[in-house]
Amino acid sequence: MKSNGMEGLVLNEPFIFELQGAQECGIDIPEFDVEMQDPKNNIPNDLLRKEIEGLPDLTEPQVIRHYTRLSTWNYSLDGGFYPLGSCTMKYNPKINEAAAAMPGFANAHPYLPDNLSQGMLKLLFELQNDLTEISGLHTTCLHPAAGSHGELLGMLLIRAFHEDKGDLNRTKIIIPDSAHGTNPASAAVAGLQPIELKSNSKGLIDFKKLEEILDETVAGIMITNPNTCGVFESDIVEICELIHKKGGLVYMDGANMNALVAKAKPGDMGVDVLHYNTHKTFSTPHGGGGPGAGPVSVSEKLVPFLPKPVLEKDGDMIKWNYDIPKSIGQVRSFYGNVGVLVRAYTYIKTLGALGLRDMTETAVLNANYMKKRLSEHFNIPFADGHCMHEVLLSENGLEELGITTMDVAKGLIENGFHPPTVYFPLIVQGAMLIEPTETESKGTMDDFIDTMIALKGTAPDQLHDFPAKTVVGRVDEVLAARKPKLRWNKDA
Amino acid sequence: MKYSPNCQDSRETMLKDIGVDNVDALFESIPENIRLKELLQISPPVSEFKLKKQLQQLSNYVETDAISFLGAGAYRRYIPEAISSITSRSEFLTSYTPYQPELSQGSLHMMFEFQTMLSYYTGMDVANASMYEGATAVAEAVFMAKRIKKKLNRVLVSTGLHPEYLQVLRTYLKHSSLEIALVPVDEKGQTDLDELEKMIDDSTLCSVFPVINFYGVIEDQKRHGEILDKVNAINISVIIEMTALGMIAPPGEFGADIVVGEAQSLGLPVAYGGPYLGIFACREKYTRQMPGRLIGQTVDSNGKRAFCLTLSTREQHIRREKATSNICSNQALCALWVSLYLSLIGKMGLKKLSKLNYSKTQYLLSKIKDLQHFNLRYESPVYNEFVLDSDIELEKVLATLESKNILAGVPLRRFDSKDVNGLLVNVTEVNSKEEIDCLVQSLGEVK
Repeated sequence: MKSNGMEGLVLNEPFIFELQGAQECGIDIPEFDVEMQDPKNNIPNDLLRKEIEGLPDLTEPQVIRHYTRLSTWNYSLDGGFYPLGSCTMKYNPKINEAAAAMPGFANAHPYLPDNLSQGMLKLLFELQNDLTEISGLHTTCLHPAAGSHGELLGMLLIRAFHEDKGDLNRTKIIIPDSAHGTNPASAAVAGLQPIELKSNSKGLIDFKKLEEILDETVAGIMITNPNTCGVFESDIVEICELIHKKGGLVYMDGANMNALVAKAKPGDMGVDVLHYNTHKTFSTPHGGGGPGAGPVSVSEKLVPFLPKPVLEKDGDMIKWNYDIPKSIGQVRSFYGNVGVLVRAYTYIKTLGALGLRDMTETAVLNANYMKKRLSEHFNIPFADGHCMHEVLLSENGLEELGITTMDVAKGLIENGFHPPTVYFPLIVQGAMLIEPTETESKGTMDDFIDTMIALKGTAPDQLHDFPAKTVVGRVDEVLAARKPKLRWNKDA
Repeated sequence: MKYSPNCQDSRETMLKDIGVDNVDALFESIPENIRLKELLQISPPVSEFKLKKQLQQLSNYVETDAISFLGAGAYRRYIPEAISSITSRSEFLTSYTPYQPELSQGSLHMMFEFQTMLSYYTGMDVANASMYEGATAVAEAVFMAKRIKKKLNRVLVSTGLHPEYLQVLRTYLKHSSLEIALVPVDEKGQTDLDELEKMIDDSTLCSVFPVINFYGVIEDQKRHGEILDKVNAINISVIIEMTALGMIAPPGEFGADIVVGEAQSLGLPVAYGGPYLGIFACREKYTRQMPGRLIGQTVDSNGKRAFCLTLSTREQHIRREKATSNICSNQALCALWVSLYLSLIGKMGLKKLSKLNYSKTQYLLSKIKDLQHFNLRYESPVYNEFVLDSDIELEKVLATLESKNILAGVPLRRFDSKDVNGLLVNVTEVNSKEEIDCLVQSLGEVK
């Protein structure tokens, strides 16, 4: 088997608390240019801190070396293929980072008067408009800190819409069983009761079943489109019409919007509210788990309820408007993860209308190529037609070889690849969800596919021992949960 | 600029292998009538050179060179260069949530150390791997209190809490059974603990209490803790200016059950309000009720120390609507910023930095006493922020100082339209003695 990984220099590193300190401060704190005041003269002694524990006293080079050594234990997108389905690990352009670090964006205080922050506001306003255009909806709110935060905002808007009409009984929300776990969790935070809708044999929404469960207690539906099986909900227009006819609203989870940008608009499908994940669609870095940003686009009927403040144009000035009588209130402090939004803006401007279309088309082309080649060796549960931006495999056919999805994942690691998303979506046995994005070349995908195929021919015993070349072997996650150890202890 | 490496030849090979003539054929599952025929109304692509110029122009139209005393939940601090040299490393920047622990030991080890530092620094048993930001962390803390005390519904909130945090809490609680009761701030600028004592009873779910309140006043955590001890309610302590804990005793010493807040002031740029870093720490007995990601120490197949995400059965991807929270991401990269800041500054540095902030503020306060038209609203001890009342129209004061390139503070009418005279002034280590003198002189010249 041709391997993408090789044994290398694996570094060892202790806890930072165990490093021998120079008993120094590693930050050159600005000058003490006023007289030192003793807080004891003014503040009750009981309220003052006696000692600080659990922090090191190291110099800058020691700290830099510690974190640099730790960094070598991470797999990264810049380092290799990262085909996590539904997570969209696409390349994070370097210009985005430079943009976010510009002084006017990084050093702008959030309570600067509007007249002194016009450059920032102009950028945000333009991003708001571009996201609205991509969604085909009426306007966009940039506040949510992440996709799941956007989902919560969407649910609160839907509730506010019904309550404004005096319709207080709509407390249920329909969610397909293929949805991300955040969907039912976000609905629950908004006090909505999720009703699970079983997918049909094609992995799509079952229109008949949907019709049966719809009544005047249903506030709406949450649809991921394309869904988490990588398939477009072809009945989307009819579904939206049906929901509207019964008085509900349609929330679209835009986690997979990178399959639709410049090819179709959710607004044209009849969607009322949509969230984006900027780290999935607009190339902002995942950062090991965040920060993200989850802008929300809405149809006209939801505009009165948007969270405060709303960014508006007033003559030549862009201003925050706090006077929104029917607003659901604020959903976070300040205005959003602006540093992340600047990166998304930079990406959209770099690609332009043409580049955005090319991005979507290439992502879908790559996924279908992988699907075609993998379909000859693996089970693809929803194989009809073309997939969108990702392809879903199941464990079927591996059992007789004595191999599980987990074995394939760890075998990929042993060969220098990050595995796909595994065991999600839940509706497929031993799911492997593969998303190449537009970033990967045919050559990289071929190497990955060849490795997948070769793993099928590897002895199960050998697979169970993988990975062996990583900094640690298979990690005992059961022990971690059974005996939680969540911090280092100075006395241990 | 395209970020896709496939040449025309390989595209055509792939299309042929798939068995279609063109890429549009791959989109046929989208009904014809909703497939876009035209290009989006988005400006054409711009070269990196030109885009950088345009961005710089926008950046120039944001005032960042003025002498600034703006604070109110976003703190201007000196951020050493060492931090961005690590946070810009691709290994941290371009990795995903560490679902595959064997490939993510760097991030996991870092976050385990972050949990350790935060739990020690707040005086608590455990801390999670971070929340979105401070205000949502407060809301999540109240939800957690409800999970612990299922039958109680009354949430006492000090009006010394940051007004935007209170707004967010109201939004989050709107569709729950919980009710907010506000505890006033007294004439000294502290949460009125006599009033709190009267309000609190066996139906009280929790008390949301700032360690240092929105007006900069250091609260009496000790007495608050003693009052809470007598009842069943959960003590939720909120800290927003985290450098203060270099000097002020941590909430863990006064019986806090949950400590939440904002760690932006530990090394993150003000960045027009985000991304920031919500912190969340609690007593060990409540660990399984926590929201957010937790990193645990374990071993690998060879018995070697290793780390992984743990106690995931609390989380949305397993528990769905029964999860402790809908939060999915954390702010891992921001946690790295804060870890670096705390690692660099260390115990000794935090003591020095907090004393420096305190001393500079005391210096400004001593000068302000002599000003004719400005009075300190509250006499209580403060850390690095305080309220000035102006007897000249505040609008005019701010405009005059703005013309001298000074941002004197955040006007409180921003949060309360009736508070027309109040100005919240913040001093940190980035304000030199000269800047402080300049502020005092300019305030003295306003007529």
